[in-house]
Amino acid sequence: MSLHLSYRADPGNPWFSWQYVRDNSDTILAALREHTWLTARAVVIAALVALPLAVLAYWFRSLSASILALTGVLYTVPSLALFAFLAPYLGIGAITVLTVVALYALLVIVRNALAGLNQVPPEVREAAEGMGYGRWGRLFRIELPLALPGILTGVRLATVSTVALVTVGVVVGRGGLGQLIFAGFQNNFYKAQIMTGTVLCVLLALVLDLVLAGVGRLLTPWLRGRSAR
Amino acid sequence: MNPVEQAVVWLNDPLNWTNPGGVLDRLGEHLSMSALAVLLGCLVAWPIGLWLGHSGRGGGLVLLVSNVTLAIPTLALLTILPLTFLGFGRPAVVVALAVFAVPPLLANAYTGVRQADPEARDAAHGMGLSGGQVLRRVELPLAVPYLAAGFRTAAVQVVATAALASFVNGGGLGQIIRAGFGLDIAAGGGQIIAGGVLVAGLALLVEGLLAIVERLVTPRPIRSVRRRANRRATAATAGS
Repeated sequence: MSLHLSYRADPGNPWFSWQYVRDNSDTILAALREHTWLTARAVVIAALVALPLAVLAYWFRSLSASILALTGVLYTVPSLALFAFLAPYLGIGAITVLTVVALYALLVIVRNALAGLNQVPPEVREAAEGMGYGRWGRLFRIELPLALPGILTGVRLATVSTVALVTVGVVVGRGGLGQLIFAGFQNNFYKAQIMTGTVLCVLLALVLDLVLAGVGRLLTPWLRGRSAR
Repeated sequence: MNPVEQAVVWLNDPLNWTNPGGVLDRLGEHLSMSALAVLLGCLVAWPIGLWLGHSGRGGGLVLLVSNVTLAIPTLALLTILPLTFLGFGRPAVVVALAVFAVPPLLANAYTGVRQADPEARDAAHGMGLSGGQVLRRVELPLAVPYLAAGFRTAAVQVVATAALASFVNGGGLGQIIRAGFGLDIAAGGGQIIAGGVLVAGLALLVEGLLAIVERLVTPRPIRSVRRRANRRATAATAGS
């Protein structure tokens, strides 16, 4: 076989190939777009649900323990099992992937946000109370801003792990870049395709993390001087 | 028949358990590859973590390792490693899983040694113990609860991740779920959910058992203090 092909340069199976990237830029970009879009939606939904939950847990100590225990148990459940539980009901498609990854992101954000809220010094809380802040005023003007670093840590961790987790979506055929990796594996173990998907995945996580870190710096200007000193 | 009823029927069919490639086979594969991966992870991560903690250097490295592995998709490692010198089959899967066991093991070994009471360390030095002896006789025993906490996190992580080995036909309980997805969702729904129950049940079981082990290896007087510290240490590594 190799004799027959030896009249031209052996294409081989390189780990990286510009040729592949050029020829398949449409597919790659579509996968990247789907991956980014899934991640963004999942994290936004997760944050919108997680923050009220964290505040509830912060206000009512009795809820705190049960919310933490529940998130702990859910976090132990493997992602593939969660796909297995939801797919028969939600069907094969993006909605299943979105639900699963949003659930995991939710757990991470709730825990970090609660930790951030609990770190608000009691003196600060009492001072706010003494200044006449009600429960809501205190929450929005004192406690949430002070918990912002913890919340942002949660969102960043959730984003990075969501980018990695979306690839498991290949089980229902909507894994974004995971689709690229998996197809490469099934297509005669085409290394360039697997590597391109992987590198883009890691880069996407890195870029989103840096963007969120930048947003965090903008949102917490009072921390900047402290860390510089 | 709804999918849950189908799942109950599937789980109650003894042939689904005892057939070749049935639940018992898959469970054996799952446990053996998880055990090997955790063992490999321990062999790599513990010596490095203990040494870094002892010498007080490399805190940044520990953090870097856990951040980088968080961003690498499991699927990528599972598909890339068989194409390297490891070749197809068990070794590649075990190494891929071990990679995800390293961060919690490493971070907890490091933290465990770092948190040792500096006065105990000074006293040991004053008694004439060498650096290696301090590590072996003082810091290591004090770090045991942390090592146990890291072991638990890593083991649960590996057992959970091992389900994904089915993507590359690596065996394990995930294979049952994959086979279910291979059928039509209406026909395979029961098997999919049954597989999910098995995978999730195993992860929760391992978590529960190791929680007990962790409690047993923690000396009674420092249990309450340590448990809080452990939770903090695990939270720091798992990011949750």
